Amino acid sequence: MTDLNKLGLADARDALRKGDVSSVELTNACLSEIEGAGALNAFVHHTADLAADQAKVADARIKAGDAPAMCGLPIGIKDLFCTKGVPSQAGSRILQGFLPEYESTVSQNLFDAGAVMLGKLNMDEFAMGSSNETSVYGNAVNPWRRAGDDAPLTPGGSSGGSAAAVAADLCLAATGTDTGGSIRQPAAFTGTVGIKPTYGRCSRWGVVAFASSLDQAGPMTKTVRDAAIMLGAMAGYDAKDSTSADLAVPDFEAALTGDIRGKKIGIPREYHMDGMPEEIEKLWQDGIAMMRDAGAEIVDISLPHTKYALPAYYVIAPAEASSNLARYDGVRYGHRAKLDQGDGITEMYEKTRAQGFGPEVQRRVMVGTYVLSAGFYDAYYNRARKVRTLIKKDFEDAFAAGVDSILTPATPSAAFGLGEMTDADPVAMYLNDVFTVTVNLAGLPGIALPTGTSSKGLPLGLQLIGRPWEEADLLSTAYALEKAAGFVAKPDKWW
Amino acid sequence: MSIDETTAARVAKLARIKVEPDALPALALEFNTILGFIEQLNEVDVDGVEPMTSVTPQVLKRRDDVVRDGGQQAKVLANAPDAREGFFAVPKVVE
Repeated sequence: MTDLNKLGLADARDALRKGDVSSVELTNACLSEIEGAGALNAFVHHTADLAADQAKVADARIKAGDAPAMCGLPIGIKDLFCTKGVPSQAGSRILQGFLPEYESTVSQNLFDAGAVMLGKLNMDEFAMGSSNETSVYGNAVNPWRRAGDDAPLTPGGSSGGSAAAVAADLCLAATGTDTGGSIRQPAAFTGTVGIKPTYGRCSRWGVVAFASSLDQAGPMTKTVRDAAIMLGAMAGYDAKDSTSADLAVPDFEAALTGDIRGKKIGIPREYHMDGMPEEIEKLWQDGIAMMRDAGAEIVDISLPHTKYALPAYYVIAPAEASSNLARYDGVRYGHRAKLDQGDGITEMYEKTRAQGFGPEVQRRVMVGTYVLSAGFYDAYYNRARKVRTLIKKDFEDAFAAGVDSILTPATPSAAFGLGEMTDADPVAMYLNDVFTVTVNLAGLPGIALPTGTSSKGLPLGLQLIGRPWEEADLLSTAYALEKAAGFVAKPDKWW
Repeated sequence: MSIDETTAARVAKLARIKVEPDALPALALEFNTILGFIEQLNEVDVDGVEPMTSVTPQVLKRRDDVVRDGGQQAKVLANAPDAREGFFAVPKVVE
């Protein structure tokens, strides 16, 4: 077999179980591909030795007839997950040199399921960004380029390294995390599949916290089937996360019937944004036609508070971030500033955090500090939390009226050029998440998958939003859309 | 609501992030852009709406009131920039 790195999880798993290939071979194929892909800057910490050991163990398990869901499958892990003894920096200078003494629940679940870790993946600092340009490691680069144009493009963010690595076949799949769209936007920018499950489906324990009421981990994969397999391995109740849901994890793969006859698919009118590019509107209309042809019933719905989701998010997320990131004080882990004569503990905090946090993180921590400060708590933070209640109610009303899932664009554009947004104000960058952020605020599952290409030959994605805890149904609906769209394009290898 | 340089400096102080005085005007400007965006929330009628505390309805579990782990001093201190004699070390805080 050639090009083993190009396999998805399901195909590789089947080949492993048939004995056509070994995990060591799969892992070596990925490792050599990673070695040649420095230009993408996707993998930022390499764990080749660990991968080799895990692959050998996996091969022995397969031989012994004990092959769990991810057995022998080489994947990448976002730098946000704490991995025991392996650098875990959340893309930040302030965690330089940090070696966790413990393993995050999600990565442990994946290892228990037999997965092989190739290394840690680039990301925006503390997952704050939509272009992977706030990373201490430098930009991750999208393997896709515009037709006839060598300009480097963003793979999206914050899970930009994960998206680039999966799209470039450096690994079979990767973990991502999503606070406002950080799995789904990069998936859409790179022609890959990414699902953010219902809040509480995956444990947050050991995942560096950004905004705890919004953060969720999920898989980034080459196909919907792969997403179903990997989500099943990542998910599950964890007593170490008080918001983890004590619910059984269904067999997501077994639920992939792709039969959506009679399903009600909602099309929210508020997602027709002013100034939305025509090709995004067309992508959406094409997707609607595909679902209708597959037997679904298309219904217009209203989610009246959509417009207020981003402003509410930019109160709630920075507020939670300012609290979560207070722990980076130069005392317990990571960077501590070199102090001058006479500096006390306050100077130590202030210098450490000024040196350790990049500009976007500093900005959000300070905005969060402001909206939580005395006199503004009610005007900003409480108001935003009330608006969040209304946003969630919008979705509840739609589901109560019988809608099974909701179809929207995943992003307002195709991948943009690295550096293109440098001079724009921060709010312009925030608009990337306009279609995805509502889903985090409402705690719902959402999946992005590629269904078309832009006029410049770049992948474009649609998003499906499901009812809480009904990822199985959502994945099956996405599976139907994937089959109908038949997106198979891959980026030309230039790296 | 507009943020001036004094307010920006106060917020930086509260957040324990050192901001040089010459960076304050740009910072105040950025705050105002972001807060201007957030101001839209004032258009929403939130009378009688409960602020969200938990996105998925759930009752927090109680755990047994027993010691579950501990005695991990070496692990706790392993990543400290400065640890001495089993403690985190910081600059002098008491004169």
